Amino acid sequence: MATAQRTLFEKIWDRHVVARRGGQCLLYVDRHIVHDGSFHAFANLERRGAKLRRPAQTFGTPDHYVPTVSRSPADAATPEIRRMIETFSKNVERHGIPAVQLDDERQGIVHIVGPEQGITLPGLVLVCGDSHTSTHGALGALAFGIGQSENEHVLATQTLWQAPQKTLRILVEGQRPQGVSAKDVILAIIAKIGVGGAARHVIEYAGAAIRAMSIEERLTVCNMSIEAGARAGMVAPDDTTFAYLEGKPFTPRGENFEKALKYWKTLPSDPQARFDAEVALDASRLEPMVTWGTNPGHVVPITGVVPSGAPRALEYMGLEPGTKLEGLAVDRVFIGSCTNSRIEDLRAAAAVVRGRRAKVPAMVVPGSGLVKKQAEAEGLDRVFLEAGFEWRHAGCSMCVGMNGDLGRPQQRIASTSNRNFEGRQGKGARTHLMSPAMAAAAAIYGRLTDVRKV
Amino acid sequence: MFGKFEMQFTTFTAIAAPYEPLNVDTDQIIPARFLKFSRKDGYGKFLFHDLREDPSFVLNRAPFDRAKILVANANFGCGSSREGAVYAFFDSGFRSVIAPSFGDIFHNNCLKNGIVPVRLPDEVCAQLRKELLEKPGTELTVDLESQIVNGAYPFSVDPFYREMLLKGVDEIGLTLSLVAEIEAFEKAYAEAAPWALR
Repeated sequence: MATAQRTLFEKIWDRHVVARRGGQCLLYVDRHIVHDGSFHAFANLERRGAKLRRPAQTFGTPDHYVPTVSRSPADAATPEIRRMIETFSKNVERHGIPAVQLDDERQGIVHIVGPEQGITLPGLVLVCGDSHTSTHGALGALAFGIGQSENEHVLATQTLWQAPQKTLRILVEGQRPQGVSAKDVILAIIAKIGVGGAARHVIEYAGAAIRAMSIEERLTVCNMSIEAGARAGMVAPDDTTFAYLEGKPFTPRGENFEKALKYWKTLPSDPQARFDAEVALDASRLEPMVTWGTNPGHVVPITGVVPSGAPRALEYMGLEPGTKLEGLAVDRVFIGSCTNSRIEDLRAAAAVVRGRRAKVPAMVVPGSGLVKKQAEAEGLDRVFLEAGFEWRHAGCSMCVGMNGDLGRPQQRIASTSNRNFEGRQGKGARTHLMSPAMAAAAAIYGRLTDVRKV
Repeated sequence: MFGKFEMQFTTFTAIAAPYEPLNVDTDQIIPARFLKFSRKDGYGKFLFHDLREDPSFVLNRAPFDRAKILVANANFGCGSSREGAVYAFFDSGFRSVIAPSFGDIFHNNCLKNGIVPVRLPDEVCAQLRKELLEKPGTELTVDLESQIVNGAYPFSVDPFYREMLLKGVDEIGLTLSLVAEIEAFEKAYAEAAPWALR
């Protein structure tokens, strides 16, 4: 009997359907991550008088509102922000949710901590009230961001009503040239398909360039799937994935690991599986990328110029068409966020910084306490501090500015984060997205710089 | 307070405002600094907060300042999952947003909060925006029962959510009525994938 050829996404989806109504499937949720922004969901759950269905499948860490200057809620930028961190602590304690609090070295950005702890596993359905939950798909999970009504629904039922999505395979073949990072790959993909290009689709990233990537690089690629409109991005699990996961605190052990591994190996898309859409990209032709406008699709290679045709974006960014990106003066630099704050990102930035001095204010915000610890063990903190960078504690920080780490109006910021929306890094602040090595080079020269020349 | 009854939706008629930009992200609809406030105090005042500092912004100009329906452009509500974007619309009295396409998370958040996201073809949205500018104060009627705008432009909402909105059904209540199915799923799943359950 011939079995139907299915994609990775379809295999995971099919396995999690509990019931069907109309065009919707009731999907079982294996892992639910909550953070300090999830408070509406808890307030509504309590108003309803409902209990958590599976507290142990829920996991919490504060990230959006936490101060990065210390590990004390007392150092929150305002009393309201402090209250957000305290409300989070009360909510997870009251409901018996496993959590790492601000003073725990395992605390960090939800999308750093999930993979780091092995909470994210291949074949699982994982949700979190944050659009960058697409990150976790790098391990072969179906992971997507949800709103707080959906958070409440998962807390109460461990399920979600969802309509099946279409599938888009993005094949990245070839070998990345020196100086071209995973961030450049995903920015080039968004440049090609547009910020709405993958809406209502789940992306599967495949091809030699993706296979060759480390897990941390795949996490960076999947992270920005939402910037192309896709709720989820995925990479088929392989030996790189299994090696990464083995021995992590939440990864199954012993017999369960062997059993899980056997299942994980069945997950990759079948050879004849049909995708609703396909896009191909040649990694060997890519260059370091930098955004010039107010959405992540406003992006060109560092060798490029500011295009015309988006007057509102250019007015906001204070740029004229035809201006070269290379050499554009920046006012400050942010290295961090769920896109680029893992140890490999910090190593790449430190390699550029080593032995040099920053010309403009720059800060590094590791993605988790464990990333920070590892970086310090390797002496990377010294490299950054000696170059005049600030070395902070883990959190979302200046990617979204909710903790008060904000740029000022008209300040031009070289940033390793994921969104260059108007006001994203502070009212009037002008964000240029790029890789960690490119951001480090921008700090050293005070200008957007082609890292291949450094 | 925000009972499901309030979210019930059959048909809605109101002045509509045109909003031209493509790819309006939820950071524009509600800047992040307002997301920490309790819903009790209302999110209406945050709707397009920073854009409204410009007096010429469409929702500042009469009669669009009384609009309760927005006709927008493609990929409306992309970006962040913040449900505050939808609270800001609802608490301002908006009950529908019409656009060629929506950010997926924003779209789902609308359906769960009494806002009907209406997908109409690009050219229809462009035509509507043009008419609204030419005849400011024009009302539109979004009829969810018949799934049509102004009796002329058909749209479709997933039957599950259409039913839910028409009757004001509580989604979590409905799912909890399926608890036997969830339990049966968990039992079988625990056998097949013991590592997945905790």
